[in-house]
Order: sequence, then C-alpha cells, then structure tokens
Amino acid sequence: MADLITADLVDLDLTAADRQEATRRLAERLQAAGRVTDLDGFLADVRAREAQMPTGIEGGIGIPHARSAHVTEPTLGFGRSPDGIDFGAGDGPADLIFLIAAPEGGGAEHMNILASLARRLIHASFKEALRTAPDPDAVVNLINKEVLGQ
Amino acid sequence: MRIVAVTSCPTGIAHTYMAAEALEQAAREKGHEIKVETQGAAGAEPLAAADVAGADAVVFAADVEVRNRERFAGKPLVQTSVKRAINDAAGVLAEVETAAEQGVPAASGQDAPVVADAAPALTTKVDQQAGLGTRLRQWLMTGVSYMIPFVAAGGILIALAFLFGGPEVANKVDGGTFQGVNYPGVTDLSKLAVQAGYAGLLFKIGTTAFSMLVPILAGFIAYGMADRPGLVPGIVAGLLAVQIGAGFLGGLAGGLLAGAIVMAIKRVKVPRGVAGVMPVVVIPLVSTLVVGALMLVVIGQPIAALQEGLTNWLDGLSGTNAVVLGVLLGLMMAFDMGGPVNKVAYAFGLASLASGNLEVMAAVMVAGMTPPLGLALATVVRKNLFTPAERQAGEAAWLLGASFITEGAIPFAAGDPVRVIPSLMVGSAVAGGLSMAFGATSRAPHGGIWVIGLVGRPLAYLVALLAGILVTAACVIVAKSLGHRAPAETEPTAVSTGTAPAAG
Repeated sequence: MADLITADLVDLDLTAADRQEATRRLAERLQAAGRVTDLDGFLADVRAREAQMPTGIEGGIGIPHARSAHVTEPTLGFGRSPDGIDFGAGDGPADLIFLIAAPEGGGAEHMNILASLARRLIHASFKEALRTAPDPDAVVNLINKEVLGQ
Repeated sequence: MRIVAVTSCPTGIAHTYMAAEALEQAAREKGHEIKVETQGAAGAEPLAAADVAGADAVVFAADVEVRNRERFAGKPLVQTSVKRAINDAAGVLAEVETAAEQGVPAASGQDAPVVADAAPALTTKVDQQAGLGTRLRQWLMTGVSYMIPFVAAGGILIALAFLFGGPEVANKVDGGTFQGVNYPGVTDLSKLAVQAGYAGLLFKIGTTAFSMLVPILAGFIAYGMADRPGLVPGIVAGLLAVQIGAGFLGGLAGGLLAGAIVMAIKRVKVPRGVAGVMPVVVIPLVSTLVVGALMLVVIGQPIAALQEGLTNWLDGLSGTNAVVLGVLLGLMMAFDMGGPVNKVAYAFGLASLASGNLEVMAAVMVAGMTPPLGLALATVVRKNLFTPAERQAGEAAWLLGASFITEGAIPFAAGDPVRVIPSLMVGSAVAGGLSMAFGATSRAPHGGIWVIGLVGRPLAYLVALLAGILVTAACVIVAKSLGHRAPAETEPTAVSTGTAPAAG
C-alpha cells in the first residue's frame, strides 16, 4: 500500500479565491501523483459531499473529502493557506486544508488509516505542529508519525 | 459518569471519527468514562452490551440514522449533529450530565442506576410537543421490541401446529365445531398429547406464548416510560386488556396509562422515611390499583357495549350488498388484529359459517391474512423504512400471515399505529371486498393458506389475497414515506439539538 501522503502532495503556500479552487489545486497534485484518475469526476464527488454541509471545522480546518470511484489509493493532500480560505466553519476561514480521498470500495485497512487521521485532526498539538512545519518533508514525517505511528 | 456514544456521518471517513475523538477528549477532561461506537466506513465495532447496560447516559452525534438504536431504549439520550460534537464536545457533555440527572428516578433515592435503570430517553432543548412525540414513539418501540419474540415464537408454533395437525387442531385443543365434527376440547392438560397429538402440544404452547403478547407490550411500554416500577401496573393493565377483550390497542392504552400514573406518583414529594419503600411497595401498589380500576370500569364497559353494537349492526346488514359487507369486514379485521372490533367480524364469520353462508368466512379469513403478509412484503421492498427489529418481525410475518395469524402485524401496528393501521385496513378491505365479489367460499374457520383445499373458487380467492397484500404493502410504504424525507435520514420524530442541519 502506498503512503497516505508524500511531499509532492503538500502545498505550504496554498492561495485560492475560494474552497472550490483550493480543492482543485490539491486535487491536481493527487492527479499528478496518479492517485486520482479523473480530476473532474473526483472534484464532482467532493463538491457533492461539500454541498450536503460545508466541511469547515472550528479552529481553522477544512476537510473536503469524498469516497470516489476515481481514487486509486487512500490519499491525503495537505495545504497550508497563509491568507485562509473559507470552508464554512462558524469561526472564520481555514488555514489548514486536508483533502481526503478514499477509494469507493476501500477495505477496512484503508479506512482505518483515514479514521485515525480524522481523530488526530482534533488534537491542538497536531494542528500547531502542522502550522509551524518548515517544509513538505516535515509535514509528511509529522503525519506519518502521528497517524501511522511510524 | 459512564457514557456511551454513537457517531455517524454520511461519508463515514472523517466527521464520524473526529466527533468520536472530540467526545473522548472532552469526557477525559471532565472525568467521565466514555465508550464510542463509530458507525463509519471502517466498520463499526459494536459497543459491548455491558457498557450499554452500565451507561448513565447515551449520546448520538449523528447525521444519519443510528443503527440498532433500540439497544439504548430507556436511557437518557442527547442527540446532536457530528459537527456540533466536534466543535463543542464540552457543551454536548454538559447536556448529557443534565439529561442523566433528570433521568434518574427522583423518589427512589438510588445512587448509580444499573442495567437500563434510568428513565425514558430524554431529548433536550426541544419544545414540549416535539419532545413528547419522540418519547411516545420510543416508549411504544420499547414495548414492541420486547413483544416481537413472543409474536414470532408463538405464531410460528401455531402455524406449525396447523401444518402438522391440520386446522382442526385448534378445535381439538380449545373445543368447537370443525367440518361438522364437534370437539369437546382439552380440559385436563395432562391428556393434551393423547387427545390432540403433538400438533396439539405445539398449538397449546404457541397460544400460551400468544396470550402474553398484550401483557408484555403494555408492561414494557410502561417500563420504557417509568422504569421498573412501571412493569407491574403495565403488565396487569395488559392482562386486564385481554380479559375485557380490548386487544392490543387496549393494551397499548393501558401501558401508556400505567406509565403515566407511575410517572405522576414519582413526582409526589414524600417524607424521607417513606421514600425508601416507594419504588418497591407504594408505587406498584397504588399504580396497579388505579390502572386496574380504570381498565375494568372505564374501558371495559364501553368495549362490551361497542362489541354488542357492532354485532347488531352487522346482523342488520345481512342481505345487503355482499361486496360492501366484505369491505366492512375487511376494515374491521385489520383495525385491531385480535381486538374487540376484529373479534366481532370474526364471530360474524363463524356465525355465518354455522348458518351455511361460506362466503363471509372466506372474506373474513382473507382479510385477516393480508396485514402480516403485506407488511412482510413492505419490509422486503423498502427495508430502510423499518427498524431492524421490525424487519425481523417481517420475516416471521410471512408464515404468520399465510396461517391467518393476523397478530403477526401487531408489532408494526403498535409501534406506529397512525400510519400502519389505516394502511392495513385499506388492504384488508380490498381483499374482503374482492373475495365477496368473486364469490369465494371457505368451509374452514382458520388455517389460512393451508386450508386452501376447503376453499371454493380457490383461484379467485388467491387473487383477492394477492391484491390485498399488494395494496397493504403499497399503502404502508406510502404512509411511512410521508414522514421520511429521504431514506437515509433519521426518523421524523427525532430531534437534533445542534444548530447545524444534517450532514457530516
């Protein structure tokens, strides 16, 4: 199984006008890495989910996500936005954006990784470390350590 | 405090787990013990039964229907959205504390309640009316969930008795005339097997289990409302409902009455010395006396009068339009499934049979078969309109309906009477009316599909049956869909406390 996240799936200077654009930016990285087979199809799935209710979480987090047939591996794209991007949370824009892509028929092992990632997102120390990480490799190491315990 | 929680969201890969983590974190900070079941894409590890039983309160942080929610019946409950649990877990837990506090029986002076020992599920921050609707449904479903095994066990035993012993087994055991043979019935149970055979044993055991249907329903409705002290007045109310011929609707009313009386008595402030004997002696004694007297005096006499009136009315109808009579009998058969109105229609069928009019009996029987069969079909066609317990009841309902055991429909009707009963009545009216229109006849007073050999114009009779089943299922599905905006949503009466709308 491929890594949940690699350095080329991290964008530490994500600038976008809105959440659609931010999501597209990250999704393009997933497509370039071969994790997403059909960019527009995947974005449509994410949009459908986002339309049910915005995925912004208080504390500056946005988690656009979808289970999609256009995803090959459970994958995380991570973006840090200096200006913040509105993801519909009650307390303002998000500066940490996690694009979670799950394959449609993902097995329990896949889903467990995503579940433990989601659990880490609640922790203040994890968010703080992501905000201060110096480069993409540091982000990848941090996530691998926290989520996979590696 | 011990808390159990279920988290659940539409996609099941993010919010479900974030809400679980947030609740766990907040509980740790407040010094509570919490177990969370994440109903997400990674598969739910179910909560241990002991954890559920020992919990002081329950949290549903869910934007889709919580699976197997009947496990938590009777526990103080806080329902909210996953997003609110993530953003404000501490606030949710504060509500849980309030709910658990109010949920503990006030007058009993007990400390930590054990094993489903709390008051009925509470929803917080809801207006009075919506709160009552939610609780009413939870109370009814508590009673229904305990009754279903009795329906299944008793009903299947009776059906097997008919299969192995032929329909006359009922008369061999209980007496009466079948096909011109007069059976004395078994008066000495030690001679049961000799007189009625092994099928007779099956029949007797099945009918005994069936005799507990209404008492268990009433008892556990009251239990859901008022906890353990509700059990005695509830069961007694149910037993009396059977004896006064009030059927399951009488039991339903009796159970609610018993629960309400116990809840009212619990509110009375008593001196400390008396408080200790309240739950064991005073509450059961007073509530049983009151509810028993109400059942016998206030409910019993009107029911007897109603039955007499209906009987006379039906007798007066003899000779009018046969189809109209079939429709009316169908409506009556499905109205209360073994209750007073059903009994009048069935007795009218028996009387017609005795006087040589076989068409009425056929209409009565076919109309009594469609309710369980139509519901069984509905549970297969539209699974998500029914609770898991109801789906199980649906599986047994095939055999029960085919055997003319109308009681197979009671679990559905008792849990959601306003939607289910009218639907069943329409289907049975169609079946009864068609049977009369086709001129189908039956020489057997019971036995269902297994006595098709005693039915005249069997093909027409089967057409009437099939039409009734289809109409019943269609009506039930439509009626149940009216309250559900979408299959994935929570039941219409559930109330969320969060400000956010559904989704996760």
